[in-house]
Amino acid sequence: MGLESLFANKSGFLATKFDKLINEIMNWGRKNSLWPYPFGTACCAIEFMGVVSNKFDISRFGAELVRFSPRQADVLIVAGTINYKMAPVMKKIYNQMSDPKWVIAMGACAACGGFYDNYATVMGIDQVIPVDVYIPGCPPRPEAFLDGIVKLQEKIENETTTQTFAQPPRQLVEIKT
Amino acid sequence: MTTTVEAKAGTNLTVQKITEQFPDKAVSLHSHQGEDTVLIDKDSIVDVLRFCKTDSELDYNFLMDLSASDHLEIQDRDYSERYEVNYHLLSTSTRDRIRLKVRLDEDQVERSLREETGLVPTATGLWGTADWMEREVYDLIGVRFNGHPNMKRILTHYKFVGHALRKDYSLKQGQWLDEPDDMFDELGESEGETHDLFSDEMELNIGPSHPAMHGTFRVLARLDGETIKKAACEIGYLHRAFEKTAEKGTYTQVIPYTDRLNYCSALTNNVAYCRTIEKMLDLEVTERAIFIRVIIMEISRIIDHLICVGTNLVDMGALTNFWYTFKVREEIYEVLESLTGHRLTNNYVRIGGLAYDLYDGFEGHVRSCLEDLQESVKDVLGLIQKNRIFLDRSKGVSTFSGDDAVSDGWTGPCLRASGVDWDLRRDVPYYHYDEFDFDVPVLQGGDVHDRLLIRFLEMEQSVRIIEQALDRMPGGPVNVDMRSTVMPDKPGRDGVYGNIESLMNHFVMVYDDIKPPAGEVYEATEAPNGELGFYVISDGSGSPYRVRVRPPCFLIYSAFPKLIEGGMIADAVITIGGLNVIAGELDR
Repeated sequence: MGLESLFANKSGFLATKFDKLINEIMNWGRKNSLWPYPFGTACCAIEFMGVVSNKFDISRFGAELVRFSPRQADVLIVAGTINYKMAPVMKKIYNQMSDPKWVIAMGACAACGGFYDNYATVMGIDQVIPVDVYIPGCPPRPEAFLDGIVKLQEKIENETTTQTFAQPPRQLVEIKT
Repeated sequence: MTTTVEAKAGTNLTVQKITEQFPDKAVSLHSHQGEDTVLIDKDSIVDVLRFCKTDSELDYNFLMDLSASDHLEIQDRDYSERYEVNYHLLSTSTRDRIRLKVRLDEDQVERSLREETGLVPTATGLWGTADWMEREVYDLIGVRFNGHPNMKRILTHYKFVGHALRKDYSLKQGQWLDEPDDMFDELGESEGETHDLFSDEMELNIGPSHPAMHGTFRVLARLDGETIKKAACEIGYLHRAFEKTAEKGTYTQVIPYTDRLNYCSALTNNVAYCRTIEKMLDLEVTERAIFIRVIIMEISRIIDHLICVGTNLVDMGALTNFWYTFKVREEIYEVLESLTGHRLTNNYVRIGGLAYDLYDGFEGHVRSCLEDLQESVKDVLGLIQKNRIFLDRSKGVSTFSGDDAVSDGWTGPCLRASGVDWDLRRDVPYYHYDEFDFDVPVLQGGDVHDRLLIRFLEMEQSVRIIEQALDRMPGGPVNVDMRSTVMPDKPGRDGVYGNIESLMNHFVMVYDDIKPPAGEVYEATEAPNGELGFYVISDGSGSPYRVRVRPPCFLIYSAFPKLIEGGMIADAVITIGGLNVIAGELDR
């Protein structure tokens, strides 16, 4: 008796515990070895160099292994202004990344367009791809960036493995000119 | 004052010669702030340009800037034409500058756009500079050039509708567009069957998101094996409408946008812009402000070169140097942060002076940074100077002759690495640069090695200038005493919080801002990358009518295909680092 009824119920005690353990192990691994893809276009990319270099040293947070191939990266760091010409490129890079993947919008331009409220600039990359962490500043201080990494780690810690598949991005829409 | 009088007499000669040579085609227009302008008939512009270039007495060897403006909203203008194309020429032998102007009717321009025919004869046959600049004029204003080899858009997307810098194009009218241009037409005809699997040739797209392309540049190359046979560049991936946005605010509100042109040396851009507006206002800043500006400009030059050298060596695989250069950069960041409140995009210079005076202990802080700089430059040079890998990879790679560099409008360290001895700080001195004891390093190789090495030599000279400026730092105020230009102090009895006059003054300054007299001014500053020019048109109101930036690396990068053709892909990667192309300035 017992056993059969336990497994017939999909949320059985044994299975749940195992799920949780796997979840915790995977999340622990994921959050402590983020491989960033630095999509650096502007000033923020120079500040990102500061984060990577010796004084601030991003490797303390396990995220120093910068990859320039979307296939090998977990977190897309959009550092700098994205304009309408660049937006399709960024979307393509995002789509090429394999799940699970996260996005950090570094700086005012990536988060909301910053003070470039004009015909060329996309008002925030979240119009094109989903964003997990927004870091304000023009450009943000390295400490702010590291805080953003920690925030992302907290987010990853609380995810379940099924949640990590990113939501489908919004489509690029053509507007009448 | 003597220099301006001499310069004026010299340019008058130019005006005289041009109007004598082309009596029906050229009219002397005006001389404003020592800048002479000649109005040229559209069809003879190339003849006039050729005359200016080839005449032995005039000898204008640089086409410094080519821009256009839309005069739709200028009130009470005494001419009917809507568009203007401006050519700024410079002669390095006589040190004169001249502005040539072509005016165009709206009907003409619209017709040529509709029929896709050329309108203004192209200057690409005379200067390589004209190539990309004419494309930019077509892209943003809509003036087509006759005989241009590649009349395509350059900064905006190739499917962009309308011309963004026209006054009737709304500032906020963005356009969602899809995939970038494939650019195969720019590579020209292939010798073999290009898409044949068994052919030796293949096309390779590098960028815009590629570590070697520093974020935002794109190169399409036709390869034969690993050799680049033909290349084409695409830019505009960081176009963020600086020039259009600058027209919408007040003169002071433009300053933060200039920080983000060349973000590796934000303060130089601040100074260059403020110098232009001060020339417009005919304003001399105080001695103390001049010395502080010299110091911050030279500090900016140092940190700009540090980034260039560090990243370029990373491109060659030498990561250690990056830590050495970045360590000093971080220390200088601390000075700048104490001074301006920001690490990277510092905003400190104001029209008529500076935002505030130096902080206590600035001098000692800077001097200790300079010592560390010399130490780390020594370390880096020790690692690379006799390094076989570095020398083999950089010597003789992507050489560019001095003549080509002049024709393509190169300025700054890249020009001097090609053997052309020209530095605005020494040759057209401003801010007491003629009184400082410094050398202008010139190297003859014109290759990646020299373009990198010259930056080390320039850093040494900048250290000398900073030390002399610190020794000679005068006291006194940092702002001119001019209530129509400079914000009043806030605290104190005479400040905004202390009396009503200052409060009213502050109110008027915030609402109306500075109102320079109507006119146009071009002012050039020696930025870390070369001549950074601002060409500003004022219509007498509180906001600039047109702000044009002459970005040094726009022209340096325009020669990039020529540099890499015939070389290997790996050479292209180290070449782009050595040119120090900064996307914010390139695309604006």
